[in-house]
Amino acid sequence: MWSELRALRDGIDLGTPPRDGEPVTLSVDGIPVTVAAGSSVLLAAGIAGCTVPKLCASDTLEAFGSCRVCLVEIEGRRGYPASCTTPVDEGMQVRTTSDMLAKLRRGVIELYLSDFPEGDIDGGWSQLNTTLDQVGVHRLADDHPYRSGANHQGGVLDMSNPYFVFDQAKCIVCSRCVRACEEIQGTFALTIDGRGFGSTVVAGQNESFLESDCVSCGACVQACPSDALIEKSLFPGGYERADSSQA
Amino acid sequence: MTARVFVPCDALSVALGADEVAARLVAETAARSLDVTVVRNGSRGLFWLEPMIEVDVGGMRHAYGPVEADDIPSLIDAGLLDAGAHRTNLGPTDQIPELERQTRLTFARVGVIDPRSLDDYLAHGGFDGLRRALAMSPSDVVDEVEASGLRGRGGAAFPTGIKWRTVLGAPASPKYVVANADEGDSGTFADRMVMEGDPFCLIEAMAIAAHAVGATHGVIYCRSEYPHSIATLEHCIGVARQYGWLGTSIAGSVLEFDIEVRVGAGAYICGEETSMLESIEGRRGMVRPKPPLPALEGLYGKPTVVNNIITLASVPWILAHGGAAYSGHGVGRSAGTLPVQLAGNIRRGGLVEVPFGITVRELIEDFGGGTASGRPARAVQIGGPLGAYFHNDQLDTVLDYEAIAAAGGLLGHGGVVVFDDTVDMAVQARFAMEFCAVESCGKCTPCRVGSTRGVELIDKIVLGEQRSANIAQLEDLCEVLEHGSLCALGGLTPYPVRSALQHFPEDFGQRNQQDEHDAQENI
Amino acid sequence: MPIPVKPDQSTITTCAYCGVGCGFKAETSGGQIVRMTPWKEGKANHGHSCVKGRFAFDYYRHPDRVRSPMIRVSIEDPWREVSWDEAFAHAAGELKRIQETYGSGSVGAVSSSRCTNEEIYLMQKFARVGLRNNNIDNCSRICHSPTQFGLSATLGAGAASQHFDSILRSDVILVVGANPTEGHPVFGSMMKRSVRRGANLLVIDPRRTETVDSPHCRASVHLALRPGTNVLVLDSIAHVVVTERLYDEAFVRARCDWDDFELWMSQVGDVRYSPDVVGPEAGLEPDAIRELARRYAAGPNSTIYYGLGVTEHSQGSTGVMCLGNLAMACGMIGREGVGVNPLRGQGNVQGGSCLGSWPHMFTGYRFVTDAATRAVFENEWKIDLDGEPGLRLPNMFDAAVAGSFKGLYIQGEDPVQSDPNRHHVEAALRNMECVIVQDLYETETTKFAHVLLPGSSSLEKNGTFTNAERRVSMVRKIVEPVAGLEDWEITVGMINAMGYELKYDHPSEVLDEIARTSPAYSGMSFELIERVGSVQWPCNTAAPEGTEVLHTVTFPRGKGSFMLTEYVPTKERVDDRFPLLLTTGRILSQYNAGTQTRRTANNAWYDDDVLDISADDAAQRGLRNGDRVRVASRYGETELSITVSGRVHPGVVYTTFHFAHTMVNAVTSDLNDWATNCPEYKVTAVEVTKVTKVTKVTKVTEVTS
Repeated sequence: MWSELRALRDGIDLGTPPRDGEPVTLSVDGIPVTVAAGSSVLLAAGIAGCTVPKLCASDTLEAFGSCRVCLVEIEGRRGYPASCTTPVDEGMQVRTTSDMLAKLRRGVIELYLSDFPEGDIDGGWSQLNTTLDQVGVHRLADDHPYRSGANHQGGVLDMSNPYFVFDQAKCIVCSRCVRACEEIQGTFALTIDGRGFGSTVVAGQNESFLESDCVSCGACVQACPSDALIEKSLFPGGYERADSSQA
Repeated sequence: MTARVFVPCDALSVALGADEVAARLVAETAARSLDVTVVRNGSRGLFWLEPMIEVDVGGMRHAYGPVEADDIPSLIDAGLLDAGAHRTNLGPTDQIPELERQTRLTFARVGVIDPRSLDDYLAHGGFDGLRRALAMSPSDVVDEVEASGLRGRGGAAFPTGIKWRTVLGAPASPKYVVANADEGDSGTFADRMVMEGDPFCLIEAMAIAAHAVGATHGVIYCRSEYPHSIATLEHCIGVARQYGWLGTSIAGSVLEFDIEVRVGAGAYICGEETSMLESIEGRRGMVRPKPPLPALEGLYGKPTVVNNIITLASVPWILAHGGAAYSGHGVGRSAGTLPVQLAGNIRRGGLVEVPFGITVRELIEDFGGGTASGRPARAVQIGGPLGAYFHNDQLDTVLDYEAIAAAGGLLGHGGVVVFDDTVDMAVQARFAMEFCAVESCGKCTPCRVGSTRGVELIDKIVLGEQRSANIAQLEDLCEVLEHGSLCALGGLTPYPVRSALQHFPEDFGQRNQQDEHDAQENI
Repeated sequence: MPIPVKPDQSTITTCAYCGVGCGFKAETSGGQIVRMTPWKEGKANHGHSCVKGRFAFDYYRHPDRVRSPMIRVSIEDPWREVSWDEAFAHAAGELKRIQETYGSGSVGAVSSSRCTNEEIYLMQKFARVGLRNNNIDNCSRICHSPTQFGLSATLGAGAASQHFDSILRSDVILVVGANPTEGHPVFGSMMKRSVRRGANLLVIDPRRTETVDSPHCRASVHLALRPGTNVLVLDSIAHVVVTERLYDEAFVRARCDWDDFELWMSQVGDVRYSPDVVGPEAGLEPDAIRELARRYAAGPNSTIYYGLGVTEHSQGSTGVMCLGNLAMACGMIGREGVGVNPLRGQGNVQGGSCLGSWPHMFTGYRFVTDAATRAVFENEWKIDLDGEPGLRLPNMFDAAVAGSFKGLYIQGEDPVQSDPNRHHVEAALRNMECVIVQDLYETETTKFAHVLLPGSSSLEKNGTFTNAERRVSMVRKIVEPVAGLEDWEITVGMINAMGYELKYDHPSEVLDEIARTSPAYSGMSFELIERVGSVQWPCNTAAPEGTEVLHTVTFPRGKGSFMLTEYVPTKERVDDRFPLLLTTGRILSQYNAGTQTRRTANNAWYDDDVLDISADDAAQRGLRNGDRVRVASRYGETELSITVSGRVHPGVVYTTFHFAHTMVNAVTSDLNDWATNCPEYKVTAVEVTKVTKVTKVTKVTEVTS
């Protein structure tokens, strides 16, 4: 637990909490790196200087493995494991880039973009924007087959809290907010309601944020990578939804 | 001398009127002052003959079916109690060809005994396996299971002995044994038949597992759609406790183990072991990433054996007869027998327990009698809604985990669903995506969003909109689902979709050609 | 427009609110603060925050801000805006005139625990070199002064022994008279993490607070004792430790005075402190007392966190000594995961304690009567210093009412709202000839002021704060002070106007001076803090980057001392006229007197003080949820709305004091701690009756920008 908090660094997100433990040496893209046992491959890649794109991962939260963007290849193992939920092993050889990985990451991002407001991407500076830069796709082509599908662009816009909004149109259901409320704040005010495509972040028993048990600590706002939860103070003229969407 | 007539209480039999048959039997025999005991047994699994009643004549069972309540008077008149001739007479049960040709190891008692009777269970070899296991060390019990070659019958086909060995070696405590009875695959019923036909076998198996790995608590997670199973299990667990087969000092040993039944709530994904554990813990049924494996960090973070019902139900036989005897059946690395569930457009549907090695064609034609409609079979889906569709040309594939996989399929829990030539494979492919979308837990993006997009893509393909671009996108989507999903729900959805696209491409272009033709007509 | 404004600058600073002292990054765009985000490397908060520090910063640009120095001859006159120089000259002139007329001791000063270490130091310097007396006090008088007294007497140092992270290594967490979930939220979250990981939570508090019972965090023992019986119950816990031989004999022999220990054992071991006797008196099950004692003593690592529910009592200092004794007896001192930790409330009240803002002590808790210490400061300041202890703030008020105290310079405090016995405070101020108040806004106290100096918020100045962990962190100027001077510059102006020439180019020079004169701070400097992020004192040659855990090898006085803690019930008694006991506390979204938070959107959660009353007591009085009631004590009365609440037992009522119009402190008693005069806010006998005709304004609508 010690390292999980004290080894955090401002301006860098290692993706999963740093650990205390015996040193483990592995290689990422040929670069040797030593980290504590129990660390994730994602963290080791970051330390080695190999950027692995991510969305649902944050070094202040336990790994969750839901976005499927941080996939890597590991020598001797089948498939394309998520680097955030894969612990390091002595002598492990990790590849963070390949044609297949690029294809898979692109495929996942296209799914995200198919239900995200297009007008909120250009000029944005969220963690989602960073990930889009890293994966190299920012919008769906005009004739992309994913356009005009089911979406949540008309979903909830909760302005009840005086300080921040929750805009479901920008929510990517990464659960970082739910996890922050559980693991960091300890209030357990947020959950995911419904299942499958209908999964949505809700406060309390599907109440407004203000009516729920939320104590407005801001951990969820801090955690949200896509600006679905964001400070009202960053919108001098008041918060507005973008007009257009990829859907 | 009391005559015994058997009327199944299995949910399928009940759905076909078995309760009415039983009631009529009781009424008619009482009215005629005949000394008859009606025993509610499990189903023999010959579904085209249900409700199939049996009469015990001199220790041999004779079968009649399908029987309706109104047949009872004529049956009794015809000498039912002496196995007399009747339109519904099937002869000695064991000689019914489709049953005689099976190798019933796991299902040996299903349909034979009264599932709720501990005496009947004991009289048919019940708890022999446990008694033998308790005389062995835990490690030796695991050895026996390893020697049997038993692999997970839920679908993953992971070697059971290795799983048990991992839990045995885990230092944390307490440890748990969880039986996965969330049998959610369409067209499957083997788990249900065991729970309703031979529930003490499951209890015995879990006690053997508890002894082998050092567990003290057991959970049977049963889907809510199996109320008869749940009631039967609750009853039998109570009886087992009463007679010392659960609780403390089981069978006079130091083993302490008890079982509770937990009921699901309509989520297919809770058949995935980590979602199931989440559900048992009272949380949303969402998939946990692996590692850590449930064998090390499972229920409440403790070492947990998670096994399918059939896997567990095979264990008492293995302990009673020895692992080598079990592995003497089967082929390659698929040891023992598989209770195949034949369903869909099939003349003779039901439970077929056979050693691995039979071909798909033999199953469908020899046991199943071909399609119910009489039309040619066109596609066979093996392994549940996420299994590949096999084309006619592939039906000589041997039933064996590796052979089916080599053919691009998935043997899974052993469900085999037959479709005749009226099936539209584009509709089936759409169903696969739709099934994934409905049952998705929603955690990972490929499944949560991708399955919905998959349905949309197939709709557009069928309508002929940008057909090749959409097919290409569908194939890309299948790749993302297969390699990017968090669990097998998203991961296996491409199997039915790709097999439909690959083996039945004409179904994806037909309407397009029709529309093109119509469009040209209208210019 | 849908894209959020991107801040162009980010500056690390420390939160202005509670004693957790979270590290924040103040992000600005075009010179205006657009948001405060928690600093991941903040060692107190590790990237977490609460609603106040994170969002409630708009108070700094509220229209109510005082923008210009102002003076008036009489408090009935309207204010007249003047320049800084005129204000300083007038204030100093008045103070000097008063001293000439009434004597040197007729004036004094009070520093603010919301001001920086440098500013507090300068206020005590003002008293000593400007007023030439020791009439300087700070607001911890009314909250944690018993901590100072009690922990010094037992352990030798009046500050938390651990850092916050230490709680992650605790197996047992004993929370006494504190509600971290509400009062120190970020620390409360850390505590909950520890409990979710398996730590055992024990709580002693009359109410079933949010700390006792919240999702996935439940106290395994909750002693809901009758208000006023702290020492009785703590002695009973000690009784169990002693009679059941649960104490750590090896530790006591090695680290403490064994003779003191034996004396203490025979006091607490007496049958009058047995749980069977104490239980009924305190309203507790005897076995619950035993269970708590056994769990605490068993550890292996047990830690104590306590708050104003221990100190704000007539035996507040005794209660603190009980905690020190208990920890020493069980060997729970001197390593990670253990310790005794006061939860200091204000952002810099620890600083206030450390930096000599006391009538009887210089910086570092050294007595003014001690010639050697006095010599250090005489040498540094080049002036002779008064060796007689001065007046405490309550004594200043008493003297003012008596007619001998006439002038007071108050920095960032609102005693009319926050001190006990409001009428007495008002009478005292009225009797004074020059009341100088330095604050952000007009307050209840400025109604009695003759000089109003516009203060600067902690977003408008450079300096340092010391949090409840002894952690000294940077406070950085983000925007220019509204009226042009940072708080420290104002006090320097006052010192100069009193005739002592003083100049600093930068507050870092003040910290350097503190370092030169105070052993515990001797290694501190802005440079060090900027380099390592924050430094916990003591910081000296033995610990050049500060000290995380205290008392690891020896206690400051060598051995720890067991102090005798006989229970003396408070004089405040319930009777037929006043059958209920009122206790007070805080909630999460509002902060203390509400001066800042009432001027933010935090009113959305809580816009009035409310009285919690049990269903039994409400039913007996014909009260329903939401009714207006009169709360009356022997000392005064006020009006509130009620909430029928399961959190209070029958016989106890509870409210907060965040709103000026509520005037809760008109009701609380004059009784106070025998050692430090800390007011007994937590025990007042009251009666609650339904109001049928509303005679008071219920809410004042606060304007938010």
